[in-house]
Formats: sequence, C-alpha cells, structure tokens
Amino acid sequence: MRLRVLQILVLALLIVFWYAMTAPGLIPPFYFDKANRAAFFFGEPQKVFWVIVDWFASGEIFPHLGITLLETALGFAIGAASGLIIGLWLALSPTASAVMDPYIKGLNSMPRVVLAPIFAVWFGLGIWSKVALGVTLVFFVVFFNVYQGVREVSPNLIANARMLGASRRQLLRAIYLPSAMSWVFASLHNAVGLAFVGAVVGEYLGSSMGVGYLILQAEGTFDINTVFAGILVLTAFALVLDGAVGALERRLMTWQPKAGETEKV
Amino acid sequence: MPALALADITCRFAARDGASAPYTAVANATLNVAKGEFVSVVGPTGCGKSTLLNVAAGLLEPSSGTIDVFGQRLLAADGVNRRAGYMFQADALMPWRNGIDNVIAGLEFRGVPRAEAIAQGEEWLRRVGLAGFGDRYPHQMSGGMRKRLALAQTLILSPDILLMDEPFSALDVQTRQLMENELLALWAVDRKSVLFITHDLEEAIALSDRVVVLSAGPATRPIGDFKVDLPRPRDVSEIRMTPAFATLHREIWAAMKEEVLKAYAAQKVA
Repeated sequence: MRLRVLQILVLALLIVFWYAMTAPGLIPPFYFDKANRAAFFFGEPQKVFWVIVDWFASGEIFPHLGITLLETALGFAIGAASGLIIGLWLALSPTASAVMDPYIKGLNSMPRVVLAPIFAVWFGLGIWSKVALGVTLVFFVVFFNVYQGVREVSPNLIANARMLGASRRQLLRAIYLPSAMSWVFASLHNAVGLAFVGAVVGEYLGSSMGVGYLILQAEGTFDINTVFAGILVLTAFALVLDGAVGALERRLMTWQPKAGETEKV
Repeated sequence: MPALALADITCRFAARDGASAPYTAVANATLNVAKGEFVSVVGPTGCGKSTLLNVAAGLLEPSSGTIDVFGQRLLAADGVNRRAGYMFQADALMPWRNGIDNVIAGLEFRGVPRAEAIAQGEEWLRRVGLAGFGDRYPHQMSGGMRKRLALAQTLILSPDILLMDEPFSALDVQTRQLMENELLALWAVDRKSVLFITHDLEEAIALSDRVVVLSAGPATRPIGDFKVDLPRPRDVSEIRMTPAFATLHREIWAAMKEEVLKAYAAQKVA
C-alpha cells in the first residue's frame, strides 16, 4: 500500500514537472526564446489529458485501437505458432537443423524492421503488412526459445517416458511439447511486446488506420499534444497486454516452482 | 529360463575428440536374473553399472553381446525392453504433471481410458503412501515423496522386470531405509525380477537374493557372485545387526575392496 502511494507520487511529480516546464509564462523561458516554445515541443499535460478524454468520450479512438490490437494479436499468434512448429521440427531433426542453421542465423541478425517497406509493397497498406512485420519479430524470439527448450529436455525424462511405453508421437505430446511450452511462456512477454512494436512501426510507416496512424497524422500537423496522447494510450495498452500475458502464464504454469516458495511437505 | 539374460555384453564408446582410442565401459559381461529373483549389482563409482542397466532396458545398444528377456532376443530395432520398468537415479518425473497424472502416464501411453487409469493411479498412490497428494506437482514434494511417486509410476504398469539405478542414493539415511523396506514390501506381493544397481554394499545385501560385484572400470565385468540367504521378510535396519549379515558383508567387501581402491587410484591419476 505504502509502495503504491509512492508509485503514484512519482507519477504526480513527473506530471507536475512536465506542467511546470511547459506551461507558457509560468516560469520565465530559460532555453527557448519564447514562452510558448516549450509547450510547442513537449506538449502540455492537461491538453494531452483532454485529447485522450475526447478520444474515448467520442469513441474516435476505438476503431484505431481495435486495428492496432488486432494486428498485434494476429502478428503474435502467427509468429508464435510458426516459431513453435519450426522450432520443434528443427530441434527434433538434426539434419534439417544443420542445413538451415546459417539461414536462421542470417535472418535473425538482419535488422528486420527494414522489411516494413517491402511488406507494405507486398501486402498493401492494410493490416497484413503490419501483421507480417510483427510475425518476423515474434517468430525468432519464440523459435529460438523452443529450439533451445527442446534440445535441453532432460535425457532422463525422455528415457523414462520411453520405458513407460511412449511412442514417438506420444513423446512429442507428453514431453517435448510441454517442455517447449514452458520456454515459449518464458519468451511470451517479450514476444507480445514485439508484436505490438511491429504493429505500431508498420502503421507509422504507412497506413490508414490504427494508433500509429493517429500519431503520424498528428505529427504531420505539429500537434505534439496528440502525439503524446497516442504514445500514452499505446503505453497503457502495452501494460494491459503484459498484464494479460502474466495472468495467462500464472494460470497455465502452476506446475513451475516459484522462487522462495515453501510448500513442500 | 532366466527373466533377463545378458550374455557377453561389451560397450565401447567413441571418444569425444575422435582421435583417442574408444572407451570400453563394459567388457564381456554376463549376468542372469532368474524369475522372481532380486539381484543387486555393486561396484566402485564410475564402473559402468548404469551402462549395464541401460543395455538391459534396451535404451543402449551394446557394441556386442546379446540380451534375452524371458527367452526372447531384445533387438535395438524393436525399441526398449517392453517387459521392464526402469527407476532412474535422477528425477525423471514430468514437472508439468501433478502426482496422479505422472503415475498414470504409462497407462495413458497404453491407451487405458482415463477414468480407469485414475482409479488405478489412486490405488497406487495409496500403496506408496501418497494418498491425497495426487494434485501436487513434483516441485511441491520432498525427495522421498518424489521417489515414491516414481516407484508408483513404474509399478503401475506391473513390469515383469524391475530395473533400478541407485534409486535411493539421493535420499537421507532414514528416508532411505524407509523406502527400502517399502520396496521390499511391495516386491514381496508379486515377486518381480529385480536388477538393482547400487554402490552401497549394505543396501545391496539387505535387499537382495544375490549380489554381483563388478570390477573397476574401464572394461567392467562381474568378478564375484554371492548368494544372500538371509530369511525374508526382512527389515533392512534390523537385518544389518545380524551376524549372518556381517559375515556376508565381510566376504563381499573382501572381493570389492581391491576394485574400489583401483577405481580410486584411477580417478586420482585422471
């Protein structure tokens, strides 16, 4: 509780600082030559606040937010599923893994954000170019985690399952997949964040909908308050997504020991 | 016809760097386990005891030699030894399954309907003293409880042969004696054939009908075979006090001592 109060206090201080530094005429300008310049470059918190309120009150933001979240969800789902499948396949097939190794490494070291313009050409300015960007970002995070996870399954666990009569297919279902899933979950926070980045960067580079588009539009008219409003809305939703992933993780990963847990009998 | 017959088993492992000579872990080892017999294999650390057990389980194909299970040749192409249950030294429970789901894993692999499997699983949890712990995950259990769970997981399939690789070596002395007694009690019900690997001679004598002593590695092979005709049922902590036990212990230790010293010397050099 005390902690929560301190956390809110930090936020309040930040906003007060922001307001004090940008409100025209409140303190004499010491860097810019005119009193309203700071507000022009950094926005004003109360105006940002009203932009956000207006967005939600008029409902204007919802289609944009919906599009951005849809792109994030699709990018994440497709990227994670393909990362899981290809990760499992390469980890269980040494030959395929040896052949593909340099290509995987090359694709991973490539700064994949540069693909955004190409995706815009291939998939148009609709949601799919953003989804594609998200997929390329998410895929590798999940892929490497699954690949590593499957290869590090304890040989004991596999031998035990084999002695208990597991067929190859059952080994995959009962041992490799759950083991890989725990690694997928370890990378999930990261992956969701990257899917979000893919969506917003994609929108920012060219789109007709989405929160990234709103920011781009506002920037075009030097409307810094709206830019900040967009950034804040995005941040809030990134936090919400992260919280949702955390909740899902806690539900599905009950079998994992938590640090400092003393429940042994 | 023995339940398990290992004949002239040799296991050579290629050296990691490929340049030096291959390492011979086991050489010309012959070992039989009769139906219903409890055989312990003792030997110095690192002598290839587990290698021998993995061969018996069909997890490892020997470089040469044959394995017969109830008169049937075990071939690598056919996979693992289907009539054997294996209890590992290290934890081999699935951490993402709770107690009951771990116990019924083998039944699940065999396609037993879930309701029936659960019923059998609960029964086995009760038998190993874990009734009511079925919803706990392995990490929520103590080392002793995990061993009981592993025991139930193996025994629920009612294997004709039980292979055990130092299953209790990680437990403290009290828990260990408790588990040894429980193992004997469970074994006494239907007398499966057991091949029990251990480095602890006392444990071997207290549990077994026969103790086989292995030589120090490399090129391990059995060098001594001792019949243990102590009366059953036994209590492992009490039987250690009897004069007959002490005599056997002295006799087997005399055969083992030299090998243990050899292994120790080899480890010091390496």
